[in-house]
Amino acid sequence: MEREKMHRLLRDMMLSRVFEERAAEEYQKGNIVGFLHLYPGEEAVAAGVINAAGPSDYIVSTYREHAHALVRGVPPRAVMAELFGRATGMSGGMGGSMHMFDRERRFMGGYGIVGETYPIAIGIGYAIALRALPESVICFFGDGAVNQGTFHESLNMAALWRLPVLFVCENNHYAIGTDIHRHSAVPEVYKRAAAYNIPAEKIDGMDVLKVYDATRHALDRIRRAGGPQFLEFETYRYRGHSMADPGAYRPPVEVKAYQVIDPLTIGAREIEFRYPTPAELAAVGPDNIARLTEHMISVGHLEEEEVAQIRKEVEAAVEDAVQFSLASPQPTMADAWQHLNSNRRHEQLLQA
Amino acid sequence: MTQELLYWQALNRALDVEMAADESVFVLGEDVGLYGGSYRVTEGLYAKYGEARVRDTPISENSFTGLGVGAAMVGMRPVVEIMTINFAMLALDSIVNGAAKIPFMSGGQFPMPLVIRVPGGVARQLAAQHAQRLESMFMNVPGLRVAVPSTPQDAYWQLRQAIASDEPVVLLEHEVLYFTKGPVDTMAEPPPMHQAAIRRAGKDLTLIGYSRTALQAQEAAAELARDGIEAEVIDLRSLNPIDWKTLSDSVNRTHRALVIEEDCRHAGAGAEIAASLAERCFFSLDAPVQRVAALDIPTPYNGALEAASIPRVADITAAARALLGPREKAAA
Repeated sequence: MEREKMHRLLRDMMLSRVFEERAAEEYQKGNIVGFLHLYPGEEAVAAGVINAAGPSDYIVSTYREHAHALVRGVPPRAVMAELFGRATGMSGGMGGSMHMFDRERRFMGGYGIVGETYPIAIGIGYAIALRALPESVICFFGDGAVNQGTFHESLNMAALWRLPVLFVCENNHYAIGTDIHRHSAVPEVYKRAAAYNIPAEKIDGMDVLKVYDATRHALDRIRRAGGPQFLEFETYRYRGHSMADPGAYRPPVEVKAYQVIDPLTIGAREIEFRYPTPAELAAVGPDNIARLTEHMISVGHLEEEEVAQIRKEVEAAVEDAVQFSLASPQPTMADAWQHLNSNRRHEQLLQA
Repeated sequence: MTQELLYWQALNRALDVEMAADESVFVLGEDVGLYGGSYRVTEGLYAKYGEARVRDTPISENSFTGLGVGAAMVGMRPVVEIMTINFAMLALDSIVNGAAKIPFMSGGQFPMPLVIRVPGGVARQLAAQHAQRLESMFMNVPGLRVAVPSTPQDAYWQLRQAIASDEPVVLLEHEVLYFTKGPVDTMAEPPPMHQAAIRRAGKDLTLIGYSRTALQAQEAAAELARDGIEAEVIDLRSLNPIDWKTLSDSVNRTHRALVIEEDCRHAGAGAEIAASLAERCFFSLDAPVQRVAALDIPTPYNGALEAASIPRVADITAAARALLGPREKAAA
């Protein structure tokens, strides 16, 4: 992989991490309200998958989608302002954390109901197939979502009609608070795709390079052969399910074990006071946080001091996003009605 | 050009015209293709437009309705047929959380030119799981539009208008109306999709119905006329939005209103109509707005009990007479 691409991955992951930690702070300050599901720990999946997609591909995401939007290229300002509920947010302040949309970037939404992304994705896939376009849909979902009926319904239709959909399972091992061994009879999620003859692979979701390569190959296969593909990425979220969830159901040793294979570089570590220190990490053994950084340094794509530079840049971008959001206007009720009726165009409905 | 068509034929004609005119229109649902549709509405379309545009789906209501939602987001104009409204319960997530919400919660970025056609109502001894109305459930979802054609002409017009709309429309088709016949003028300019129609003019009271009950109201009005009672009959044609102007203009003239609904009485469609008319027309009403509604009971299989659980013409005429009270006695 060339230098530029690796830098892009590193930067996207660092931006996602710093952004989410800042979102948590702003939540505690009361600037962000409602449900807030954060992504730390899973960055390698968003960065690897979405960077492997082309601009004409569609992304359908879940309620844990801030990082997906950022990696897709939505400006941090628009993402943060949506969390703040401001008129300048990517959904005009109408959607919030769980409902981020960007039509221009083919970012087809964050959905708040578990298992909703599949039907939307196969619908977009159906439209692509009808129009015979060389595009694909990337459909995100978690391990908790594979026990919804829509999983089976939609995979069946995708396979039956050979729709260009890449199903991407972000397996963080928990359906909110229930461990995968307690919610799934077959905990190897990728095996379920075999029931619908959909080619599937399980990938280490803590290794962004592997994520990227697997996605690129899967998308190539979709473009060549037309039918759906399925990737399961094993990953982990460091935080609870949402800000309302301290995550107390998880053994500390488990959280820590995953944190030592953190997909991020040490670059963002200083602000993550609750994670193990570099010394602690070193004591545990090889660290996946350093995996990308070390790899990049070893192949001559990164200098030590560049890490600090990238960190400075993403922190500045996030700070700018927060300031922008604070200064942004609140949407009015007139804006809300306008959004509701925006598709009415020339149609005159009856006056109430 | 006016032809006599059955209700299902009018719907079929509307689909054909729209599919021929616009390649982004496609139909999907259970048995809509090769089989031709449970009520023949999609008959012949599979042969004409092929399986990609007339798609037989697996029995997966939530996902194929959601497929329509996703396709509509990228500019297709899907017409989803859910075999009966009872099965729409399985697709409520796609309808309520998806189609109705996405245009709004995306800040107006996405259109939702989706039509969901749903046969429903109490037909003939199909029992509790196949004989529901449920229109009030959809009326309570902002962002959805609900049309309820009672005639072949309206079925033709309103389906075409629904397909042309960029907002999600639920078209509630009554199962006993599919084989009713009426004139369909395919060239005439249709009224606005949600405008109510005055089916019969009268001065003594206003009978308000929709879908099948609009026809029953007309029968009742004809019967009342024999006793010298002049009932005005309004066919709502739409339950969201509701044409309040036509309704309140009529009630302000007649001073009495009777709502006839096949929905169950408790929190049914009629509850909204009665409450709103009370707010809008209180000072011109001579009596409280009354309802003739279905009983609050799951539909019995037994034929006599089934018939007794929903409004009959005799129930409407009796309620109308009661509403007129002393005036009716004076006339007699």
